[in-house]
Amino acid sequence: MPKFTIPKEEYLYKGHSGCPGCGTPLALRYALKALGPRTVLNFPAGCGGVVLGVWPGYAMKVPVVDNAFECTAAVANGIRAGFEVKGVDDAYVVGWAGDGATVDIGLQALSATVDRNSNIIYVMLDNEAYMNTGIQKSGCTPIGAWTTTTPVSGGKGYNLTPKKRIMDMLVANGIVYGATVNIAYPEDFVTRMQKAKDIRGTKFIHVFAPCSAGWRTDPSKSVEIARLATQTGTFPLYEVDRGKYSLTKEIKKRKPVDEYLKLQGRFRHLSKDAIADIQKLVDEEYERLLYKVKVTNG
Amino acid sequence: MIEVMTSNYAAAHGARLSKVEVIAAYPITPQSSISEKLAEMSVKGELHGQYILVESEHSAMSLLIGASYVGARTYTATSSHGLALMHEMLYWATGARRPIVMTIVSRAMAPPWNIWGDQMDVIGERDTGWMQFFCENNQETLDTTIMSYRIAEDRSVMLPAMVIEDGFILSHTFEAVDLPDQDDVDDFLPKFNPELKIDFNDPRRFGGLVMPDWWSEFRFRIAQDMEDAKKKIIEVDKEFEKKFGRSYGGLVEFYNCDDADVILALAGSAVGTAKHVSDKMRERGKKVGVVKIKTLRPLPAEELTKLNDMVPVVGVFDRSFNFGHGGGIFSEIRNGIYTPGGGLLTKNYVGGMGGRDFTPKHMEWVFEDLLRIKKEGKVDRMIEWIPLRDGTGRWY
Repeated sequence: MPKFTIPKEEYLYKGHSGCPGCGTPLALRYALKALGPRTVLNFPAGCGGVVLGVWPGYAMKVPVVDNAFECTAAVANGIRAGFEVKGVDDAYVVGWAGDGATVDIGLQALSATVDRNSNIIYVMLDNEAYMNTGIQKSGCTPIGAWTTTTPVSGGKGYNLTPKKRIMDMLVANGIVYGATVNIAYPEDFVTRMQKAKDIRGTKFIHVFAPCSAGWRTDPSKSVEIARLATQTGTFPLYEVDRGKYSLTKEIKKRKPVDEYLKLQGRFRHLSKDAIADIQKLVDEEYERLLYKVKVTNG
Repeated sequence: MIEVMTSNYAAAHGARLSKVEVIAAYPITPQSSISEKLAEMSVKGELHGQYILVESEHSAMSLLIGASYVGARTYTATSSHGLALMHEMLYWATGARRPIVMTIVSRAMAPPWNIWGDQMDVIGERDTGWMQFFCENNQETLDTTIMSYRIAEDRSVMLPAMVIEDGFILSHTFEAVDLPDQDDVDDFLPKFNPELKIDFNDPRRFGGLVMPDWWSEFRFRIAQDMEDAKKKIIEVDKEFEKKFGRSYGGLVEFYNCDDADVILALAGSAVGTAKHVSDKMRERGKKVGVVKIKTLRPLPAEELTKLNDMVPVVGVFDRSFNFGHGGGIFSEIRNGIYTPGGGLLTKNYVGGMGGRDFTPKHMEWVFEDLLRIKKEGKVDRMIEWIPLRDGTGRWY
């Protein structure tokens, strides 16, 4: 079999405003390589829009619409409806929101859009906190993490709630296709996007993208850390195609979660016991995922 | 073709005749029958576009903004809390220069719960950059809907518009309405063809970050276009009259004002009551006039300034109170007519809120009160609530 190659075209220009080590520009590049030039992107408040830069310029080759924080899915649905009444059927509509804009403030509009099965691709750029406003906890912040609204003092105060299981929520909502992707696995990323674009209905792409400023990490290690998230099972790669779960990246032997955590300042305060608890949680979640794969394919 | 229908149905027919392409619908009393009527029209194939059920008014407005960016003509309708939930996206529609037209079936804001007519909802949104057109009767609701698209979508305007009808008083009351022919409406209302829209051959970014050194220019353009929209509103009203034989004065209508001793200014369905009472009182030799505020945004300041030379006393009736100094229309009109050193006396009458009846008898009391002020040459209390049960406000 020929080796899969990523399309050469670039749709994100140089000179964007992403921080050093930011995962977002990689995610934008991979997504658009898969979708091509007839794509319109719709950003709510958040890093995604900021990365594109300041008026009158913007660092992107395709049309972009900016919108309020909680309405990404509704606006994307509206753009799609506009295309439908105008007879445009060869364009892709992408809602591109952060984790907070999705699992917190934008959940209602997203759920209703899944309900209507509007023909859009919803991308959740997950950097595990409200990074654009300055590293505040979101529903996607993992257990154990420091953020500015879960400050650490005397071994207390860090985030104690697990990440929302947004994929399971949307599967329960009846979403036609969902996938997790990681900026450290570009070929898989592009493959998932290409699969999503050919499915009619609402598609959900959960992108794992480190934020070195918010995670307190070395900007040169973003891809390495992102890869470790998948290699440790912290962020497994899988898809849910019309209710059926399957792994898209099998990890034969998962690395200890400590290898992932220790590279990040946001987990620096964790005790050995706390790390052991997180390991247990990651193992349980991974087993649960394998179970979902098994029962939905049985 | 004359049909007997409610103002809500007239609004739905207005949207249908305007060939709206994307409708977002969400129920709220007393708006719901617009959404229901449009659903029925959609099923019967009478609508030209998509009818989309959303999960909230916030998403309704968001969805329409998206559709409008593609160049689709868009419509929704709401009331009170639904309008308040949209608040954020009202600013967005304005800043994004999307000429969305929306019917507001005006209703009180809770608590305590009240589903009835009251203009507090729309007055509360008067600073969001939407044009606001008030309707006196069901025919006007239909006609204003069609005219609103013509005005809003004009390339010199490109601002959204609210067509306001009083909850229940109009929304659920049947009147004879002349339904124009589709061909005539098509002649009057060209297709929506915005200068800028989502275009893959000419990709642009809409609504991205603007730094402080340019921000004022963006706001000033809106202010300027809102001001210039006055000419367009008057022009469209005249063209509508030529085509369909009906005019609503564009910005304001002066009724029985030429030789009046006092004038009452107001907006919405109570205008009809005021005109009727004015006619009756004139039969008894009492020269009272009515100024109908058809357009509150843009504020017709030049027209209102004329009041300074017409009468010594102007009253303003508000079907809302906005917890400032008097009702919203009172504040606006005082702002509009203010002349330094001018001696015009003004008084605010607040009533008919939350569905409370405001009858010709109340209206006559208001005119008599204005005549008394003219005679006495002074205003004893600037804001009067009528009626109130405990006597702090006065009955007739």
